[in-house]
Amino acid sequence: MPTRRTAKDLRVGETGTICCLEDPEMALKLLEMGCLPGVQVRLSGRAPLGDPLMLVLGDDEYTLSLRASEAATILLKG
Amino acid sequence: MAAPVIDSAPFTGAATEATAARQEGAGGRLTRIALIGNPNSGKTSLFNQLTGLNQKVGNFPGVTVDRKSGFAQLTHTQRAEIVDLPGTYSLYPKSLDEKVITDLLYDKESKGYPDFVVVTVDASNLRRSLLLFSQLADLELPAILALNMTDVAERHGVRIDVRALEQELGVPIIPMNARNGSGVVALKIVMAQRLAAPPVRFWEPSDELLPLVRQIRYYFNLHNDYLALHYAQQFRQIGFLSADDKAHIQELVQQYKFDSTAQQAAETIARYGRINEILLETVTVVRTEKREPVSNRIDKVLTHRVAGYLIFLGILFLLFQAIFAWAQYPMDWIEQGISALSAVIQDNFSGPLVRLLTEGVLAGLGGVLIFIPQIALLFAFLAVLEETGYMARVTFLMDKLMRPFGLSGKSVVPLISGLACAVPAIMGARTIESWKDRMITIFVTPLMSCSARIPVYTVLVALVVPDRAVLGFLNLRGVALMALYLLGFFTALASAWVLKTILKARERSYFIMEFPVYKWPRWKNVGITIWQKVKAFVWQAGQVIVAISVVLWVLASYGPGTTQDQAEARVRQAYQAQPAPAAVGQASAQGKAADDELQRRVAAARLESSYAGLFGRTLEPVIRPLGFDWKIGIALLTSFAAREVFVGTMSTIYSVGQDADLGTVQEKLAAERDEQGQPFFTPARAFSLLVFYVFAMQCMSTLAVTYRETKSWRWPLAQLLYMTGLAYAMALLVYQVLK
Repeated sequence: MPTRRTAKDLRVGETGTICCLEDPEMALKLLEMGCLPGVQVRLSGRAPLGDPLMLVLGDDEYTLSLRASEAATILLKG
Repeated sequence: MAAPVIDSAPFTGAATEATAARQEGAGGRLTRIALIGNPNSGKTSLFNQLTGLNQKVGNFPGVTVDRKSGFAQLTHTQRAEIVDLPGTYSLYPKSLDEKVITDLLYDKESKGYPDFVVVTVDASNLRRSLLLFSQLADLELPAILALNMTDVAERHGVRIDVRALEQELGVPIIPMNARNGSGVVALKIVMAQRLAAPPVRFWEPSDELLPLVRQIRYYFNLHNDYLALHYAQQFRQIGFLSADDKAHIQELVQQYKFDSTAQQAAETIARYGRINEILLETVTVVRTEKREPVSNRIDKVLTHRVAGYLIFLGILFLLFQAIFAWAQYPMDWIEQGISALSAVIQDNFSGPLVRLLTEGVLAGLGGVLIFIPQIALLFAFLAVLEETGYMARVTFLMDKLMRPFGLSGKSVVPLISGLACAVPAIMGARTIESWKDRMITIFVTPLMSCSARIPVYTVLVALVVPDRAVLGFLNLRGVALMALYLLGFFTALASAWVLKTILKARERSYFIMEFPVYKWPRWKNVGITIWQKVKAFVWQAGQVIVAISVVLWVLASYGPGTTQDQAEARVRQAYQAQPAPAAVGQASAQGKAADDELQRRVAAARLESSYAGLFGRTLEPVIRPLGFDWKIGIALLTSFAAREVFVGTMSTIYSVGQDADLGTVQEKLAAERDEQGQPFFTPARAFSLLVFYVFAMQCMSTLAVTYRETKSWRWPLAQLLYMTGLAYAMALLVYQVLK
């Protein structure tokens, strides 16, 4: 079984590229906020208790904060 | 970048007659302009720049708060109404907050339908901002694009060809900086022109969707396909559609097997595709150097696992320090000023009207004005935390901690705002997408000690807690106050946990949000917030408080028939038959003291047999186990409508017939004696009363706003019964233990 990586699995400082969004309902919100397939995301930090996460999006360099369970619906390429 | 005022002529000259008529306003009304944009795009700053203090905002029921509106002087001769809408990322609302926008824009017949919109766009984040703009343009709303934060974009190396972008988007674009106001004049000039609907379409429903879309469009007589598609998407939530209309759309949607989610996703991706093409031709990014943005570096500290929480606690501590220590000085001045004024009037005039003025109106007014320093400081603090972007980090830090209690990180903002006033705090809960999280937050927010409890706390704590230092730097009274606040907070958490186990979730709870970049607060925005809150408090709460004070004074000064005179006669008789020890002496000084004693007894007897006394007496059996007497009973009844009335009431009740030299409420309460001649306010009584005020639901405004926000009487009723029951039980416990 191929390993599935999601934005939740990134290490702090690591960058990945969005492949697709798993959860259709969550996807609508994520798409609006700019989480499009092909966009790069970087995990810039975690809250002190490990959750939520801070994701920096693409070139625009803006930061989203989302829960780990939500980040787990963002599938990464490769 | 110069503002291309002249370039915008092509867009403004081509106004249709219909638009022109609306510009002048049907029936001579003002042009109505709506401000719309992403959260943190500088929309509120622009609103403040345009309208200054000419804003209609209310935080009390009956006044609409969904849409802040104000007036702007565009040119010497032209005024316009500006409506500030909540921030949103798209026209597909995900929370109630955003639904306000679609309700307004879907219905051309609605009273608030704007003549055109000003879309605030963050220049440093154009792609995402243009998503919303493209949807608005496809609804054929005349629009101006306010290109905000151009300075930030430039620092990021983003170069925007404004003229080319204007051509691509088909609307006038005004580069500006809402923070310092540059570009606002140019924007006003364009706003004063007649605007036509934008000619460019960014996305249109595909051929498969057209049969459905057209049927809806013709059925409702809509002006465009895209609007009809929105009806198909969101008919369930559109407030102005009748049940029949909704059923009709429901049938069509089923008939054509319309997949709402897939269509929305496809539309969003297609729009971004089109926007990317436009940006490719109009924007160049010159990355000077790849270095970590300042905000991210600040975040490393402010959301650090140890430092983050310590800083948050420190800020809360500073907040309490400000409210309880710094605010004390101006509060003392106000209090002394009122007593001095009252004394001057009483020394120079006499008669029932003068007593009504000093013991009724002035005593009540003092109880209102004394709040101003604390309310101003509290709202200043909250405004600064919000403005700087720190509040978003607080929700990030607290989310995991709040979730076990059925709350989300987003509940922290309403809970903290609840320290100021539950009414705006409960409305602030609209940003919470999940129904369950939101209901729980609304339900427990009134347990946070709001500013209306401050005077009750301050007066009673000062009465029974000595003014002493503990641990060298803390003040014992400050510690007592902090304890009361914590009591409210932990009870809110516990109640939330109970509710979490009772309520069933209707949908998933989201937490996705954008972190705003750290900014210095703009003092103008902070100032406007303070001004609005203080004004709303003084006018709206003040009217109630002064009215109740006057009514109360009348009730306390007069009784049914001649019962008061009879009571006085009985006291005089008993007094003459059994002279009090003080009256036994022969010296004139003692005679004077005896006279005073008689005066006091007469006053007490008259108050007891007044209407208010009868009221309190009826209530006394119920509240006696809590240590309260009929005088406190009167205060409880009057503060049922609004708890801040308590101090005013106490002040009024205890002024009736008391020595005019006893200026402040605190002195009056301290002078109160029980039957044995001991001070009435023992620690047991004072703490019982304090605990009662921590828990009791004594605020009509909160109940009304809960009703409005939950659209059901069950929630405010549950709040009322739960909180008041809790207050009674806890006060009973405290008094019986400490007695």
